[in-house]
Amino acid sequence: MKILVCISSVPDTTAKINFTPDNKEFVSAGVTFILNPYDEIALSKAVDLATTNNGTVTVINVGDPSTDAVIRKALAIGATDAVRINAIPRDSFFVAKQIADYAKKNSFDMILCGRESSDHNGSSVPVMIAELLEIPCILFAKSLTIDGTTATLDSEIEGGKEVITTSMPFVAGASEGMAEWKIPNMRGIMSARTKPLTVVEPIEVAQKVKLVSYDKPILRSAVKMIAVDDASKLFDIIREEKKII
Amino acid sequence: MSVLVYIENAEGTFRKSAFEAISYASAIAAKLGKQLVALSIGNVSNDELAKAGQYGATKVLNASGDKLNTPNTQAYSSVIAAAAKAENAEVIVLSASFAGKTIAPRVSIKLDAGLAENVVSLPVMDGAFTVKKGSFSGKAYSIIEMLAGVKVISMMPNSYKVVPSAQSAQVTAFDFIPDAKDFTATVKERVKAGNTISLPEAELVVSAGRGMKGPENWGMIEELAKVLGAATACSKPVSDAGWRPHSEHVGQTGIAISPNLYIAVGISGAIQHLAGVSSSKVIVVVNKDPEAPFFKAADYGIVGDAFEVVPKLIEAAKAFKASQN
Ligand SMILES: Cc1cc2nc3c(=O)[nH]c(=O)nc-3n(C[C@H](O)[C@H](O)[C@H](O)COP(=O)(O)OP(=O)(O)OC[C@H]3O[C@@H](n4cnc5c(N)ncnc54)[C@H](O)[C@@H]3O)c2cc1C
Repeated sequence: MKILVCISSVPDTTAKINFTPDNKEFVSAGVTFILNPYDEIALSKAVDLATTNNGTVTVINVGDPSTDAVIRKALAIGATDAVRINAIPRDSFFVAKQIADYAKKNSFDMILCGRESSDHNGSSVPVMIAELLEIPCILFAKSLTIDGTTATLDSEIEGGKEVITTSMPFVAGASEGMAEWKIPNMRGIMSARTKPLTVVEPIEVAQKVKLVSYDKPILRSAVKMIAVDDASKLFDIIREEKKII
Repeated sequence: MSVLVYIENAEGTFRKSAFEAISYASAIAAKLGKQLVALSIGNVSNDELAKAGQYGATKVLNASGDKLNTPNTQAYSSVIAAAAKAENAEVIVLSASFAGKTIAPRVSIKLDAGLAENVVSLPVMDGAFTVKKGSFSGKAYSIIEMLAGVKVISMMPNSYKVVPSAQSAQVTAFDFIPDAKDFTATVKERVKAGNTISLPEAELVVSAGRGMKGPENWGMIEELAKVLGAATACSKPVSDAGWRPHSEHVGQTGIAISPNLYIAVGISGAIQHLAGVSSSKVIVVVNKDPEAPFFKAADYGIVGDAFEVVPKLIEAAKAFKASQN
């Protein structure tokens, strides 16, 4: 069983997000970059599946050499080998094209991604890869089991879930619940240094969207405290002051 | 040229987010001077289809039939792309619902279009076409210029109001049968969670965290939600511990929501939790610790024990509801 796991390097979940004064660029100084939490779930699932099915897990990242630390972490968690497409990601289409191109040349039984990245939150890369490869994509996948050549996945929908079956290959976007996060052990960390990391040059991709600038949410005015004894007035106060209910 | 909006139904009834999407698309169509066409897929009654006109669509395409009556994001993407081509659509709008998020990227590739996801306001169309979308899990926004001729926009539920219009729409069948390969994955079963109000679309949300001590204490959270007509949500440790289903978990690794009112009980307000709820219009925090970080991100705060405050809020909500009638 050959599994490809797409990983991205994102600002740590506790990082404060700041931009240059002209709002054109994200300020990465002082920010730790981590393996995207959803990708970590996908990777943990892939490692479990590979262990029980005598398979391999290749992790793939589109990024410059600064993402190597995150790739090594994925190898420490248990990936067999890694591929880095040597380019700074421009948008989700660019990333999906690179990964789909690699996947086409190296056929995998399944491609696991996180349901979204915690920086751009698009959820688009998994779906675009699937569309480029003309295979199904089950995004928001809360569980995944394999029985022979059929995969069964629970996928989140409004107010419940769908149980979906598919043949291989397919793409899934891992959501919470699919697997427990794995913590790399000493042996994993040691072996990660020697596992193969192949660097591949990117293919050309037409640009369809362009990031112009960033913006911050408007700060809330200071909190208004209400005494417990006045709790009975809460909804009237909200109605009067905010007119939303 | 036209603007096409995909309107999603749940078992034959259009979602609230579908009407938001039509209202939003209608504003774009008006600005561009283009016709607004709505597309419905699956089994929807004629009465329901006609409703699309009441929010600004002049034409409603109805794609139904055996193969399309069970939701299938891959097949639906093919239908939407085909309709977009047939209508010569320049802008395609969908709701960023769970299904919408799985459909929009496919449609964008089929149409060689640009894609902007989780858009929170109307595009600026001053020669360039720019949109604002949520980024960094609610900690910031990105302004995106869409360069391609055809543009696909998925809009964040609750980010645009439903605007009734005096139009009436003409309903026409749209016959299109997707390829067999679109049906490789099939939905075997749909399982409903206990809660009836869908969290991403909810206007009011009552949420609780580890401060509730255990699942046995959720009765009062559910009651408060019920009185208000709100959906229920929770923090991550609560769903991790199995006190509540994962589908209720909000935050950076849960669902990002933007209701009108978010009431957080016994939740500390960790940065990962705030990430998914900070775009709520009004936030009320109940916490017994006056130093809880959540108070810094709230509009209203009550320092007190949940077990004392929530029953008071239930009474207050009942009185408030009664005064409205
Ligand atoms: C990668 C990553 C992703 C994460 N993603 C998310 C996410 O998406 N969503 C999320 O919520 N968290 C997320 N977390 C976890 C987050 O960091 C916090 O641990 C979590 O939000 C805390 O939940 P809590 O506030 O319910 O619990 P606690 O931190 O235990 O806080 C409980 C609060 O309840 C108060 N309390 C206790 N008893 C009472 C009482 N009787 N009455 C009133 N108040 C009381 C306490 O004062 C305290 O403030 C993530 C963490 C990581 C590392």
